[in-house]
Amino acid sequence: MLDLLQFGDSGWGDEILRGAGMTLVVAVLAYGIGLVLGSLSAAATLAGGLLLRGAAAVYTTVVRGVPALLVIWLLFFGGGSAATWAAGLFGFSGRVDLSPFVIGVLAVGLVSGAYAAEVIRGAVQAVPAGQLEAARALGMQRGLILRRILVPLALRYALPGLSNVWQMTLKDTSLIMVTGLAELMRVSFVASGSTRQPFLFYIAAAVIFMLLTTGSELLFHRAERRAARGVRRAGA
Amino acid sequence: MSAPVTPAAQPAIVVEDLHKRFGDLEVLKGVSLTAREREVVALIGSSGSGKSTLLRCINLLEVPDSGRVWIEGEELRLTTDRSGRARPADRRQVDRIRRRCGMVFQSFNLWTHRSVLENVIEAPVHVLGQPRDEAVARAERLLAKVGLDQKKDAYPAQLSGGQQQRAAIARMLAMEPQVMLFDEPTSALDPELVGEVLRVMRDLADEGATMLIVTHEMAFAREVSDKVVFLHQGRIEEEGPPEQVFGNPSSERCRQFLAREGRL
Repeated sequence: MLDLLQFGDSGWGDEILRGAGMTLVVAVLAYGIGLVLGSLSAAATLAGGLLLRGAAAVYTTVVRGVPALLVIWLLFFGGGSAATWAAGLFGFSGRVDLSPFVIGVLAVGLVSGAYAAEVIRGAVQAVPAGQLEAARALGMQRGLILRRILVPLALRYALPGLSNVWQMTLKDTSLIMVTGLAELMRVSFVASGSTRQPFLFYIAAAVIFMLLTTGSELLFHRAERRAARGVRRAGA
Repeated sequence: MSAPVTPAAQPAIVVEDLHKRFGDLEVLKGVSLTAREREVVALIGSSGSGKSTLLRCINLLEVPDSGRVWIEGEELRLTTDRSGRARPADRRQVDRIRRRCGMVFQSFNLWTHRSVLENVIEAPVHVLGQPRDEAVARAERLLAKVGLDQKKDAYPAQLSGGQQQRAAIARMLAMEPQVMLFDEPTSALDPELVGEVLRVMRDLADEGATMLIVTHEMAFAREVSDKVVFLHQGRIEEEGPPEQVFGNPSSERCRQFLAREGRL
């Protein structure tokens, strides 16, 4: 039975590996989009005017309030029309179609960003005001304070939460199998259907997901240790 | 550094009719104050009297609602926004003024993610654009001056309060400020650590630094300052040389305050 996992024509090994690669690529891109959206949304909430604050609130409330699968369906059926309309604004005519890959990355990125926004907002607020006042009192400009003081200090508080968002983002990519994109979940689904060995392929998928999540957990732990330098630890 | 034309005569800081309110609470009700170059001015008064707010209005960590401030002859330009709140007219001027006004905080505010040396060189390198090795050499000299040359690679969390405050003073000195603002620099310290910080401040005063010091250390204020200003409920109640304010205050409130502090 295990020969079904072999590489080459007879087994599904290479398809599964490629699916895992696709899952990782979608997750990384979506997480990147999520971090950008989350940072912008947090900045809007903390420092924006009424309009920006409102937009950020609508974004995080709506996207966190509906299932991720629904966000994917909405983009799947509405994304093309929205893109066509947006392209029309820039003078392009004709229908724009979004590939399942783009829809997947955008949808999961939207969800990721809505959760990252809350993590980042909380982390920025956790930075003691005195740390920023000291920088201002020395004549440091806003951009410099952001880059050299606020972000490194906020990262300290944000990393545990952002690590959580990453795990969630990675697993949410499985939902985009509904668009037909050949990521790990889709490949496992197709393979188990055509071989009638669902357990074999779903367990293989579970093992791969576990490898990806625990591996990235280790990376986040190292980043957390680095961000926490200078913090007194018990007994240190 | 601007060369003083008439030493000990040119005003380093002039504050005129400063008003500041937080919500319904009017913290400063028209305060005017002058500090000359090389002068040490001690601001005393009970908590809530407005002395810290006054200090923070000088480098615009708080924006005064009305009134005027000059630093070394340059007036801070203020304006009002659409909702009628006061705000700085020119952000670059604010940054420039702040570079010339060092500030030391009650809670030190050393950056916790940077070593002592990194704290000291941060602004010289990134604000003034000094070459890193020059900034490091200067920082090491300053840390030696405040007795922390052995601690330059330590992080703030590994230092005592007194050491942290001395490092914060070195960080301020690295910018070569023309005016130094001290906001209750020893109030957060254990009593046995107060002396080491006051010693550093006394050295600065002896070297001729222009200092504005908000403090509860009455003996220190009496000994080091050229002028003592007593604030009460947002107004200056008493002002004069330390012998006069501590020896023979004319304001009844100042008398009561000093009596409570055990200084009369």
